[in-house]
Amino acid sequence: MEAILFYLTALVAIVSAVFVTQCRNPINSALNLITTFLCLAVFYVMLESPFMAAIQIMVYAGAIMVLIVFVIMLLNLGLAVKTRYTHGLAGGGVLAAIILLLANYFIRAGEATGTGGEITSEVIAKYGHTELIGRAMFVDFLLPFEIASILLLVAIVGAVILSKREV
Amino acid sequence: MITVNHYLLLSAFLFAIGTFGVLTRKNAIVIFMCIEVMLNSVNLTFIALSRHVGNMDGQIFVFFVMTVAAAEAAVGLALMIAFFRNKDSIDTDDFNMLKW
Repeated sequence: MEAILFYLTALVAIVSAVFVTQCRNPINSALNLITTFLCLAVFYVMLESPFMAAIQIMVYAGAIMVLIVFVIMLLNLGLAVKTRYTHGLAGGGVLAAIILLLANYFIRAGEATGTGGEITSEVIAKYGHTELIGRAMFVDFLLPFEIASILLLVAIVGAVILSKREV
Repeated sequence: MITVNHYLLLSAFLFAIGTFGVLTRKNAIVIFMCIEVMLNSVNLTFIALSRHVGNMDGQIFVFFVMTVAAAEAAVGLALMIAFFRNKDSIDTDDFNMLKW
């Protein structure tokens, strides 16, 4: 049952990722990208990380994709769609195939080791995934969290400055 | 039985597809979306290995990757709007003002 769900969702994710790269109209690419994000959220649920699935849908499929679709519709790209929309197909294909083959080789070369950490399925069922994330983030990773908030502030200021007509 | 290797292979596929898109497309927004596909495939790797190892650190890392992706989306799209205002196009072939 789990295997069937995995393969079906993986098929949908890969096909929609291919359509992201191949659709002529950027809006179609964006919609296919949302499908890929939803499939990845399904995988996160299968990996017993429901909080990550919720964040995936809210932040990626919600906030970031709304921003991208908004910009696509703001820039009227009607003419650009009609001209040639790819370049370097041969080189890009060869490089992507090399990356795929190398990754396949390394993944198939051996088993992933290092199991037996303290966060098992029982621990997640007992405390809940959100509580474990919160504990790790606000106890062990407090400084990176603060740095991330500074980064977001800088990004907001940068976006406002860049998109102003007169600085 | 689905093992961690299945997830790693899937994310390798997604990463290769994203690389292909980044290298071959001309539209800057589509290139940006392909970069998002690559980031997401890495996130899948992080979460699969984090569950495999039994450690929370990988999922915290995914959180920070999402933060950086959001900041990148805000700044990158603002750059594209500024570029479109000057050149009336977001083809990467027109991004040649710095060329001497």
